[in-house]
Amino acid sequence: MTSRRKVLLVVAAVALLAIVVPFTTSFMILLATRALAFSILVMSLDLLLGFTGLASLGQAAYFGVGAYMTAILATKFHFGLGFDFWLVVLFGLLIGAALAALFGLLAIRATGVYFLMITLALGQCVWGLAYRWNSLTGGDNGINMQGRPRFGIDLSNEVTFFYVVLALFGLSLFAMYVLVRSPFGRSLTGIRERELRMKMLGYNTWLHKYIAFIIAGAFGGLAGVLWAHTAGIVSPDNVVLTTSVDALLMAVLGGAGTLIGGVIGAFIVTGIREYLSTVVPWWQYVLGAVYVLTIFYLPGGLMGIPERLRRRGAPGAKASGGDEKLVAAPS
Amino acid sequence: MTDTWLRRLGSILLAGACAAGASSGASAEEVRIGFLAAMTGPFAAVGRDMVDGFQMYLDEHKTGFGGAQVKFILEDTQAKPDVAVTKARKLILQDHVNMIIGGILASTGYALAPVSTAEKTVYIASIPAADDLTQRQLAKYPYFIRTGWSSSQPSHPFGQWACEQGYKKIAVIAADYAFGYEVVGGFQKAFEECGGRIIQKLWPALGTKDFGPYIPAIKQDADAIFTLMVGPMSLQFPKQFAAAGNKKPVIGGGTSYDEFVLPAMGDEAIDGVTPLQYSAALETPKNEAFVKAYRAKYNRIPSYFSESNYTTAQMIDAIMQKTGGKWPGGEQFVKMMQGLKLDAVRGPVSFDEMRNPVQNIYIRKVERRKMFGYDKAELWNTVIKTYPNVGQFWKYDKAEFLKQPVYSRDYPPCKFCE
Repeated sequence: MTSRRKVLLVVAAVALLAIVVPFTTSFMILLATRALAFSILVMSLDLLLGFTGLASLGQAAYFGVGAYMTAILATKFHFGLGFDFWLVVLFGLLIGAALAALFGLLAIRATGVYFLMITLALGQCVWGLAYRWNSLTGGDNGINMQGRPRFGIDLSNEVTFFYVVLALFGLSLFAMYVLVRSPFGRSLTGIRERELRMKMLGYNTWLHKYIAFIIAGAFGGLAGVLWAHTAGIVSPDNVVLTTSVDALLMAVLGGAGTLIGGVIGAFIVTGIREYLSTVVPWWQYVLGAVYVLTIFYLPGGLMGIPERLRRRGAPGAKASGGDEKLVAAPS
Repeated sequence: MTDTWLRRLGSILLAGACAAGASSGASAEEVRIGFLAAMTGPFAAVGRDMVDGFQMYLDEHKTGFGGAQVKFILEDTQAKPDVAVTKARKLILQDHVNMIIGGILASTGYALAPVSTAEKTVYIASIPAADDLTQRQLAKYPYFIRTGWSSSQPSHPFGQWACEQGYKKIAVIAADYAFGYEVVGGFQKAFEECGGRIIQKLWPALGTKDFGPYIPAIKQDADAIFTLMVGPMSLQFPKQFAAAGNKKPVIGGGTSYDEFVLPAMGDEAIDGVTPLQYSAALETPKNEAFVKAYRAKYNRIPSYFSESNYTTAQMIDAIMQKTGGKWPGGEQFVKMMQGLKLDAVRGPVSFDEMRNPVQNIYIRKVERRKMFGYDKAELWNTVIKTYPNVGQFWKYDKAEFLKQPVYSRDYPPCKFCE
């Protein structure tokens, strides 16, 4: 499949989502909105995991600061409840980027397991703050938002809000897609494949990774802003390690290094955890089975399925995350 | 062409028939109850107790509430506030429930109350005990009522009780979160007002299992130790504290020794004293019957989580009987509930004007004994004193009480700590 056809497929899928979801029940709309908002976080993680080869366990930190900032501005300063919502979106990007710029200084020098551990530790620092800084964050009780922004359009309407989140999701996806296809994105892939060689070619790989880390943080912050308004409550639960792990699992489930794979992962996990759990009590087994089967049989994630099917006729080709540049994919 | 068209027509007809069937079902008197509890995750066992308590009442009253059929829909909150919110919306928007009940942690209570306001649906907090839900924030939640307790409610009379035991100095070790602050805060206020002194406050994180760093730090000149533990902490602390050679009396918040953890505890729990609005060892015919029925059915001793939800079901039943099975509407329902006076398993329960229960507070001491004709000696929370009809403000003036900030890590300030 050519990359143009892939893009068209994704655009068609998003358009289909935009058309179909509003005609379902309001619970479905809510779930779709949640999945979309979380998808942005998963995609931001995929920038690091799938494209730069950095497995971060602290992505929820940026998500958390974005969400807490939104909630604190809204409840303490009544800011961001009108047109200034767009300013909050911008601040979300900025605060995520700023925090990542700080954490990146500490984390980027590490690689592999050490990177995993240091991002984990930094993420838990933010969790600790959220949990203990009672006067600002409400501690364990979290912060309740009092309604969504209203500026000509009323975001407390589920359908309107769904479209806003969908639009920001679309923009994020587009921005990240452009990014990973840019020369900068290519150099990240190069670092993922062989950092030493990139260094020898004269790339400042530390700086490249640092910038990727900051960009991922920015999108994490944006996801947090949207999440705060989607859920209506921000609590230390949003910053805790399991949220980071969730994002990581979703990215791997869908297929790391594909951006859209993370979105599929987010939809599947949200679907199982929040929809299937209303239908059957044994939903956890389904979730577990999906994870285990994917890891056993689809190392490239769900996005690896078409690749696998096509490669049936051409044995010997190496599995990959679906990056068409690295594997000469037949079109 | 015609074939597919016919098939499509058929499916439309089928859908129509289903819809008609559904609506005719709904036209019979029915009360729809959405129940939110953690069925997975670390609080799953507590969630089970809640559901079993409610379910037991439903099973005992199969004919429905005042003639209305009860539609009981259970959703799993996974003990996460934002999942609870999503599930609450599902119950309200998709299942069209008349009320939502449940939640465990205070954070879930704070998350669900605004949903009830936004969706104009009754929310009954049968477990979440956060003080401010029925205190400083009540005005925001017109569809909210509490049937359990507020965190500091048992602590106030308990402070007085501690003075009466002759304790002068008490050291506190309590879980580091809002529920802990409120239980400790209420105790400190009452205890210091009758002449006692809190000389130390230690706050291990929620979920701490190794108290090694905390136990040696506990001041040796304290007359007693006040603990507030929850979940797995309740199990670990008394064990490690006894192993460290403690001989001082241990008192604490209700969850430190509730029926939910007692069966897993050993002799180290004996003589622990805690206050709560319920004890499974309450020697009334009503409670004896309740404990026996519950144990026969679920093979466990009921905890306050079970009792509170059983009683909540009983309260809803009482109201539906008054209305003859007709749903009175959310506002009216809350109003009627507030006016309710009920002889519950835990004793007489009524409501104050801020929709919090007024009820007996039992001072309970852990003892190994035989109860209710069971042939094995087990750990029970024997009631050693009853404070009748305790409200959330106890003997304090309501207006003045509400002027003080909600109990927190720093309030009341620890004047006698060094």
